[in-house]
Amino acid sequence: MTNSSGANKRLNFEEIRRRLSQSTGPRYWRSLEEVAETEEFRSLVESEFPSAFEPGVDRRNLLKVMAASFALAGLTACKYEPERRIVPSVVEKNAVPPNKPLYYATAMELGPSVVGLLAESHDGRPTKLEGNPQHPASLGATDIFSQASVLTLWDPDRSRSVLKAGSISSWDEFSLTLGSVRHTHQADRGAGLRILTRTVLSPTLGTQLGGLLAQFPSARWFQYDPVNRDNQRAGAIEAFGQDLQTRYKLENAAVVVSLDADFLGSGPGSLPYARAFARGRRVEETGGKMSRLYVVEPMPTCTGSIADHRFRARSSDIEGIARALMAEVSGGAAPSGAPSWVGAVARDLLAHRGRCVVIAGPQQPATVHALAHAVNSTLGAIGSTVILSAPVEASPSDQMTGLRQLVGEMNSGAVKTLVILDGNPVYNTPRDLRFLDALRNVPLRIHAGLYADETSRWAHWHVPLTHYLEHWSDTRAWDGTYSLVQPLILPLYGARSHHELVAALAGDPLSSGYDIVQRHWRQRRKDGDFTAFWQTALHDGVAETPSGAMKIPPVKPPAQAAAPAVGAIEVSFRPDPTIWDGAFSNSGWLQELPKPITKLTWDNAAHLSPATADRLNVRDNDIVEIRTSAGKVKAPVWVVPGHADDSITVHLGYGRTQSGRVGTGQGFDAYSIQSSAQPHVTTGQVKKLSGTWGLVPRQHHFNMENRHLVREASRDEYLKNPAFAQQVEPAVPKEFTLYPNYEYKGHAWGMAIDLNACIGCGACMIACQAENNISVVGKDQVARGRIMHWIRVDSYQQGSLDNPRFSSQPVPCMHCEDAPCEPVCPVGATSHSDEGLNQMVYNRCVGTRYCSNNCPYKVRRFNFFQFADYTSDSIKGVFNPDVTVRSRGVMEKCTYCVQRIEEAKIDAEKQGRPLRDGEIVTACQQVCPTEAIVFGDINDKSSRVAKAKRQRRDYGILTELNTRPRTTYQARIRNTNPEIKES
Amino acid sequence: MQESTHPDPLGRPPVIEAGHDYSTVTGKISDIVLRQSAPKAWFFGFGVGFLLLMLLNLSISWLFVKGIGVWGVNVPVAWGFAIVNFVWWIGIGHAGTLISAILLILHQSWRTSINRFAEAMTLFAVACAGMFPLLHLGRPYFFYWLFPYPSTYDVWPQFRSPLVWDVFAVSTYATVSLLFWFVGLLPDLATLRDRAISRPVKMIYGALAMGWRGSARHWHRYQMAYLLLGGLATPLVVSVHTVVSFDFAVGVVPGWHTTIFPPYFVAGAIFSGFAMVLTLVIPARKWYHLEDVITMRHLDNMAKVMLATGLIVAYGYFMELYTSWYSGNIFEMFTSWNRAFGPYGYIYWILIFCNILSPQVLWSSKARTNVPLLFVVSLIINVGMWMERFMIVVVSLHRDFVPGAWGMYVPTFWDFATFAGTIGLFLSLLFLFVRGLPMISISELRELAPVGRTAEGGE
Repeated sequence: MTNSSGANKRLNFEEIRRRLSQSTGPRYWRSLEEVAETEEFRSLVESEFPSAFEPGVDRRNLLKVMAASFALAGLTACKYEPERRIVPSVVEKNAVPPNKPLYYATAMELGPSVVGLLAESHDGRPTKLEGNPQHPASLGATDIFSQASVLTLWDPDRSRSVLKAGSISSWDEFSLTLGSVRHTHQADRGAGLRILTRTVLSPTLGTQLGGLLAQFPSARWFQYDPVNRDNQRAGAIEAFGQDLQTRYKLENAAVVVSLDADFLGSGPGSLPYARAFARGRRVEETGGKMSRLYVVEPMPTCTGSIADHRFRARSSDIEGIARALMAEVSGGAAPSGAPSWVGAVARDLLAHRGRCVVIAGPQQPATVHALAHAVNSTLGAIGSTVILSAPVEASPSDQMTGLRQLVGEMNSGAVKTLVILDGNPVYNTPRDLRFLDALRNVPLRIHAGLYADETSRWAHWHVPLTHYLEHWSDTRAWDGTYSLVQPLILPLYGARSHHELVAALAGDPLSSGYDIVQRHWRQRRKDGDFTAFWQTALHDGVAETPSGAMKIPPVKPPAQAAAPAVGAIEVSFRPDPTIWDGAFSNSGWLQELPKPITKLTWDNAAHLSPATADRLNVRDNDIVEIRTSAGKVKAPVWVVPGHADDSITVHLGYGRTQSGRVGTGQGFDAYSIQSSAQPHVTTGQVKKLSGTWGLVPRQHHFNMENRHLVREASRDEYLKNPAFAQQVEPAVPKEFTLYPNYEYKGHAWGMAIDLNACIGCGACMIACQAENNISVVGKDQVARGRIMHWIRVDSYQQGSLDNPRFSSQPVPCMHCEDAPCEPVCPVGATSHSDEGLNQMVYNRCVGTRYCSNNCPYKVRRFNFFQFADYTSDSIKGVFNPDVTVRSRGVMEKCTYCVQRIEEAKIDAEKQGRPLRDGEIVTACQQVCPTEAIVFGDINDKSSRVAKAKRQRRDYGILTELNTRPRTTYQARIRNTNPEIKES
Repeated sequence: MQESTHPDPLGRPPVIEAGHDYSTVTGKISDIVLRQSAPKAWFFGFGVGFLLLMLLNLSISWLFVKGIGVWGVNVPVAWGFAIVNFVWWIGIGHAGTLISAILLILHQSWRTSINRFAEAMTLFAVACAGMFPLLHLGRPYFFYWLFPYPSTYDVWPQFRSPLVWDVFAVSTYATVSLLFWFVGLLPDLATLRDRAISRPVKMIYGALAMGWRGSARHWHRYQMAYLLLGGLATPLVVSVHTVVSFDFAVGVVPGWHTTIFPPYFVAGAIFSGFAMVLTLVIPARKWYHLEDVITMRHLDNMAKVMLATGLIVAYGYFMELYTSWYSGNIFEMFTSWNRAFGPYGYIYWILIFCNILSPQVLWSSKARTNVPLLFVVSLIINVGMWMERFMIVVVSLHRDFVPGAWGMYVPTFWDFATFAGTIGLFLSLLFLFVRGLPMISISELRELAPVGRTAEGGE
């Protein structure tokens, strides 16, 4: 401490001797600092007892306080947990028996995105998250990250203690340091104090940080997230002269053009976008009408896979395409060299003025965003399909510029104290900034985070931060909706929230997160009944909705400046589809979730097109060295049909050196070749090295081999023959069996999956994993073909190798009425229920695995080892108590969430009423952003699932085997533009 | 009994060389057990077998400690080496039963010199085979749930499952084979008891002989019991491998779901069984100088059976291809294509060479009397038949209906170790048998000896 504090004065031993000799009476002194009455000692006492230093305190009082301070020092081991009545549950607590789960509304932030959630709590133990139907950024759905966040809460590798220079220390000692930091920087008005946070969406935290900066006027606050909205912000400033948040109303859009935007798969608002998009394509409900989606992108994404026309283009060529589109739309001619389809797309847009939208991707430069605004404005889309509003961050800023400034200041030695409040900049900043080198210039570095990570390794202090399910906070979704974040459980490891840490830094170490957040909202809601507001906000998960439209200035025509040239091979950087910027790298669920399209697990790769692979003479798993202006890295090649030529897509988030038992050492670090000047796309050189990597895809074969698994037609074909999907295979008559058919007199459960809606995001897989206690098996076991997911999403490619059409097909258990698995089990461990469920009796299973061999759909999963973790204590917290945790040697598979079925049936029986349609929602159905999955009773002719199955698009797969699957699919329809011929 | 050492009208080699009478036959066979010390080859062979047996011990221990995941099985290929080995070993056993039972009923007296050996082989092969269905269970400690025992839970096996039929088929087979072998041994055990030198040996063989005194009544009942057991065992030759083939034929998997499987499996079993008998008999007759009782006639006959059953197997392969093409079913057609040209295509071509091409040399009588060549061909057929089972089990499963769920099967060290371990068990048992029991039936061989017939002036 003495080394790190710049204000340290040398002890003067002569002075001390003099003082001791002069004193009379018994005098006990604790340290030389005390006797010397140094600044450090005063600040120590001040931080323990702030009131002691209020003006007018005399020496006598001070000594009293000091005595008390020493006496209490021995009590610090006792933790006092205040109890308050703070949690209004959705269902009244007294009416609920102890084993019933309760749901509480909360919200989760991820970079610039927020999803409103309902957290399921079993006896005070959060086990599962569902979307909050009342929250506009969820509408009841969730993405994979919020599903997996509950595993992060219980992650045994989370940071558990305060670390001082890597050794375990205590909060009290840390408080003393904070006190001395305050003291130091009160002297320099914060000139050497810098705070680095992630994107701050919490209005309370924003206000707190504002207050802190008011106390230390020369201090500065920076925000950095690897995935941010810098480009949107700059694009809005270029187009409108001010920072505006763009939102889309896809329900109004008949034609959607995505310029490298995976707006259905990730980013703020992707869940409501996906829902609105899918609703605009339910041909039975819209009377045959459906929207048309064009996507141009380098690397195939979820959005690209559902597109009616997907064009591949290098990331750096998209600006040219946007300019050509702008030229065509505004009546001019496209510049030569623009792809031929641009004209057709432009005519389609013009034909749907005011009912169309062009969406630019967050990795595209500001100019593309400005061009998109210009095109939208020309087409009259603004106000109809495009909504512009004030940005929702507490303090919108250009994060990369800020980061560069911070690094500059650190290098110059101007920064004396750096507080990193969440985030991992040593790892996740472009490596050409040399953040670590800069950091080592800072005399005192404090890091707060969920994990002891790469950054905490270089920090003098690391303090554990609370998970969002452990703290009070508030946040703001992309449309401006405010939500409260409420804890479901006390902090597991005595961590503090970011609110509490900022308050402590601001000289208020005693306020709890609850007090801080409530204080903020009391300020905001001065009039009216605050208690009622608070209760409602907590109950609904929505505190305030944005008010009023804002006046939108006219769009400035985009500058004609040419895009910066990118060389022969571009390297484009994307957040990883499953572990994002690396924040989820220690989540086994997300590591093992196959990535959309490529189906890779546990790794990132250098994705490139077949033609580029030929040109570089590389194949899957070959190791290449990618070199950019920022550095070089060794990466495995993965050839992706449909990828743009001469372009390499790399995913951020891998190559962690200090993540945890799950994430450390997986993949390669793409940040090491990211440059701060061109963080999204840059020129690269590729050199083939010797050796192979060992990537592990869940799926190996992407050709459907003439099997009628995914059935699809163009919209015209569908209108001519709506039952096209049912005519592919002859139906097997029900009488084709020697035995009498089962009769289903009561319920008959069934599922319908709409392939016209499925975007292949994989949320159903994670939701199923969380609901049904499905084990993570690890990379080597995935390689052996032992992944455990009960529902998988198969990906198929049709057409040319260079630009195939993509289809996704979720495959849960089909619950066949004549299930091939049932007659072959020698012990009757899999049997049929009177409601048509194909049931698995775990404790009867001896593990012959014959049922799996005989399942034509291969949906059964076997516990080849003891996959379920019985030994880690904290991981037990995440288990759903309603579902058995399976042991070694037994088969398992999708149950249609039988625990949810039974719970609803029992509830209905207790209330003496029949089951209502929609009362039972399976985990995969609940999470699905596009409502592609419908579950219910097919005996109830008015149920949604019965209606879905009556659609003429409905078909079962492999029905020629006479399995009579209860899970059926609705065929996909592509609304192709007749003007565009597929290559 | 119909055949003797009289000049054969067809000029075939005799089933026992001239110069043998009761005492030479008895002496020759029983001395191997009682008076000669084992040849060096025995120590070598038993040593190898015992080492491999210890490897089996290790493999099974590791399997039970860690779980079935130590093998390469997965989803979609949930059955791997264990089931391949099971079918292979069971098939090998079939030759023994065929020789003992069917040839007994058909009065093929040439079987006499090889039936004991072949029956022992059956028994040991069934012991090896029988382990695999148990080992391959996810929870082997509950294996008894496959038996219909009076459970307090009132639960029964699920009788529609071919695996339950397997339990009955294999356990019946093992029981009948053991009885047949043991009953056949009784007179010989008595002979050994009578000829043993030391008292402990006398007592052991005496106990095993169960009081055999060789009275006419004994012989009368013995002959009847032996014939009845032969009658019981005869349908087993057909039924066991038929039921084993049901494990596959009842499934819906393309490449499994075929009506040709039962006859094709039975023929394959006899094919591989005879190959194994040859593989074992050829060195044994050399090491123990038994060329005069296991004659070229035996080798020639066995080669002919191999050729005939090999042709049935070839027909099976061809019919599988033909039906998959004729059905027009895309799954069946793809499976056939995938067998030949998929990632495991090499397996297919190896088995075509081993099982179809290599036995064709047996058309030539010169080849059938060339002992080293016969030995090589029999080894090739053993390999080929193992490959065939691999093709049926693994290659059918790894690419079935839904391409999105296709996978590969890569065996692990423990897969190979377990397989090698059962070979060790087989060899250990076989060498112990050769050492401790008469490997050729003395009592039946006596019937072949020309003694008495010439004295009585022929029959």
